[in-house]
Amino acid sequence: MVAPILPLRAENIRVARGGKTLLGPLSLEIAGDGVTIVLGPNGSGKTTLLRALHGLERLRDGEVHWAVPEPETRKLQAFVFQAPILMRRNVVDSIAYPLLLDRMNRGEARDRATDAAEAVGLGGRLSLAAADLSGGEKQKLAIARALVRRPQVLFLDEPCANLDGKSTREIEAILIEARASGTRIVMSTHNVGQARRLADDAVFLFEGKRIDGGPADEFFSNPKTPEARAHLQGDLVP
Amino acid sequence: MNDILTGMAEALRLILTLDPTLIEISLRSLEVTVSATIIASLISLPLGAWLAINRFRARRFVIAFLNALMGLPPVVVGLLVYVLLSRSGPLGVLGLLFTTSAMIIAQVIIITPIIASISHQAIRELWADYHDLLISLNTTRWQRIKALLWDGRRALLTASLAGFGRAIGEVGAIMIVGGNIDHATRVLTTAIALETGKGNFALALALGFILIALAVVVNLALHLLSKTERSSLW
Repeated sequence: MVAPILPLRAENIRVARGGKTLLGPLSLEIAGDGVTIVLGPNGSGKTTLLRALHGLERLRDGEVHWAVPEPETRKLQAFVFQAPILMRRNVVDSIAYPLLLDRMNRGEARDRATDAAEAVGLGGRLSLAAADLSGGEKQKLAIARALVRRPQVLFLDEPCANLDGKSTREIEAILIEARASGTRIVMSTHNVGQARRLADDAVFLFEGKRIDGGPADEFFSNPKTPEARAHLQGDLVP
Repeated sequence: MNDILTGMAEALRLILTLDPTLIEISLRSLEVTVSATIIASLISLPLGAWLAINRFRARRFVIAFLNALMGLPPVVVGLLVYVLLSRSGPLGVLGLLFTTSAMIIAQVIIITPIIASISHQAIRELWADYHDLLISLNTTRWQRIKALLWDGRRALLTASLAGFGRAIGEVGAIMIVGGNIDHATRVLTTAIALETGKGNFALALALGFILIALAVVVNLALHLLSKTERSSLW
């Protein structure tokens, strides 16, 4: 039995680069199950927050705590980048790669990767080079690779940016399926419609700070700040 | 012009009649160069990957030094290896001077910086692409190097072939440490130098054409075997 890595607590975290604070100070707790959507205008710190929680950013201040010691959490969380990072391999080998890192034998890893590919609709593309996939397929490949280790927490940084409606719908279906199978999802998006469809709770960032958020019903129906209200209405955020 | 045509005809004759001396020195050329390329690649490719992913104080200096070594004068390398392997030298006890092993050692020293520099450049670009993913997947340093070497294998093949190309045409160092001894250390390049010295330009040119053909055939064979041009962008 794998110990649950949640709750995740970020305490007064701050990320700075070149003397400029990009995020924080900010505190946040992620627990239970469901989907947390991170919203905010460009440059508000959405990507930086996800990267900081996942351990990809050096924190200037504060700490991120998981329920179990940090090294054990690493394989139980995964990250999907806005621009999918493709390995120079075919689809099945790309998805199998994280399993090979865990010393799973190649045959078993490929079998599981094949199942994961089929689950995201890439079953007919197994031997195709990852670079030859369409934009939506590339993102599906990245999600399958992230899910193949059966992570407890999945971070996604605007996974549907630049995708058409059909690909977006397909990816949302994959995420709903992942949530149903117990994966906690933390995802940033620009798309308010998508946020409404997927969110169980929301975090609204503005200029690197968390200024609004809460349970989805509450936040979307009655945002507390003018910035969040403007963002949700599609107005230009001041 | 006449010498060139005669040389081409002579090259054709030597190949068609399977001239035993030609076969012997060609095989020795291949043996020395392929051995040196394999040894140098085993050293350089992981070194290139290691330099690409590690940050340390003297990194820039090491890379600049490695790049500078790409222009290492073969004659100086030959001389150094000669001094090391000569009977009175520190490695004289090994008795390697005027053997193909000494020639391989000299070639390894000459081509290691070339393969390491080119592979470092190729892997550095791949590392920039893979960095976030491999960190996110919590890979160990060795797993990163392995992934970069495997996924960058086609660019690395080019690096190794650049080393092979430099080694197979090398004459200064192997002449010094090998001695160009007939039936022992004579290879195509040293044979060309010898025949030129004797005024046999046609034979020297014939050997030269065969040397070029050998390099082309090895390059083509490796590219075909590794399917360099077949798999999409890579």
